[in-house]
Amino acid sequence: MSVIKKLVSLLRGSVREIGESVVDANATRIYEQEILDAKSSIDQAKRELAGVMAKEIQTARAMERLQAEILRYESLAVEALNKGQESLAEEVAGKVAELDQEHTEQTNAHAAFAVQVGKLKALIKNAEAKIREHEREISVARTTESVYRATSSISDNIASTGSRLSTARESLERIKKRHEDLADRMTAADSLDKEFGHRALEEKLNAAGIGDNADRQRKIMARIRTRAEGGTTPRAGDEPAA
Amino acid sequence: MKTLQQQLRGIDHVISSTLGGLAVQLQPIPGEVPVIQVSIAERDELPIFITCSDAQILCMCFLWTEAEIRPEGRTRLLETLLDLNPSVPLSSFGRVGDRFVLFGALSRDSRVEDIAADVAALSDNALDALDALSEFLN
Repeated sequence: MSVIKKLVSLLRGSVREIGESVVDANATRIYEQEILDAKSSIDQAKRELAGVMAKEIQTARAMERLQAEILRYESLAVEALNKGQESLAEEVAGKVAELDQEHTEQTNAHAAFAVQVGKLKALIKNAEAKIREHEREISVARTTESVYRATSSISDNIASTGSRLSTARESLERIKKRHEDLADRMTAADSLDKEFGHRALEEKLNAAGIGDNADRQRKIMARIRTRAEGGTTPRAGDEPAA
Repeated sequence: MKTLQQQLRGIDHVISSTLGGLAVQLQPIPGEVPVIQVSIAERDELPIFITCSDAQILCMCFLWTEAEIRPEGRTRLLETLLDLNPSVPLSSFGRVGDRFVLFGALSRDSRVEDIAADVAALSDNALDALDALSEFLN
C-alpha cells in the first residue's frame, strides 16, 4: 500500500494513532534494511555490468576479426580454384568452415552478453526506484509523526500554562485593539509633544528676555505713561519712544 | 546534522529586525520532538512554532480549532483555504488534528535568515488571514 493511501486511511481514524505510527517501527526497519540491500545490490550489479560490457565489446571485436578472416580465406579459395588447385581450395574451405563456426559462437556469446547487460541495467533501475520509493515513504511517515507529536506537545503546553484559552476571534480582537491603542497613543503623544514642546520653548525664551512676549508689560506701561503725559497717541503696536 | 536549537541560534534578532524591531522571544516546548515557540511582541496571541524532522523544518501558526468554525460556512471556508493556498507566498493552510494551521516548510539545512524570513511572513500572513476569515468563525 502506498504511504499516502495509508495516511488517508489513518486520517479516518484517531489522531493519536497518526502521531504514534504511520508506518510502525518494524515496517520502518524493514524499509531501511531493504534500502541497504538495494544499495548493495546496485553496487554489485554495477561492478558486474562493467565486466559484462567489456566482454560484449570483446566479442564484437572478435566477430569483426573473424569476419575479415573468412573473407580473406574465401578469396584465397577462389584464387586456388582459378589456378586449378582443387584440393588446396578444399583445404581452405575447411579453414573457412572452422572460422565460421567460431564466428557463430562469438555471435551467440555477444548476444548473450547484450541480454545480460540489459538485465543488469533494468535491475539497477528497479533497485534505484525502490530506494527512492522507500526513502519517500519513510520521510512522509517520519514527517507526519513529527508534526503530530509536535502539535500534541504544543497543545499540552498550552493547556498546562493556560496561555491561550481564548478563541481565534478574541485573539484577533485583542491584537487589533492593541494596534489601535498604540496608534492612538502615538497620535496623542504627537499632539502633546507639539503643544508642550512649543510652549516649553516659549517659556524659556520669555525667561531669557527674548522675543515679543519678553517684556510686554513694561512696554505697555511705557505707552500708557506717554499718553498720560499728553504726548501724541501712538497706535497700538508702535514702539514707544524710549 | 545540527540540532534545531543550534540551527535557530540568533533567529530572534533576525526576526525582530525583519519585523521593524518588534521584540521576539524564543522558548523551547518540552516533548518528544524538538519544538521552539517564537513569540512576537504585540502578537503574543499568535505565536509561531518551529519543529523539524529528518527531511524538513516546519514553521506553524495555530489559527483556530474545528469547534470555532460556524457550521453553515464550513464548506465555503475549506474551499476558500484551498483556493488561497497557491496564492499566499511561503505559507499554506493545513489541519493537524482539529487545529487549523498556517505553515511554511523549509529544507532541513536552511540558513537562519531563510527560516527567519519564513517566520516573519507566516506571522504577517496569519494575522492577515485571521482578519480576512474571521467571518467564518464563532
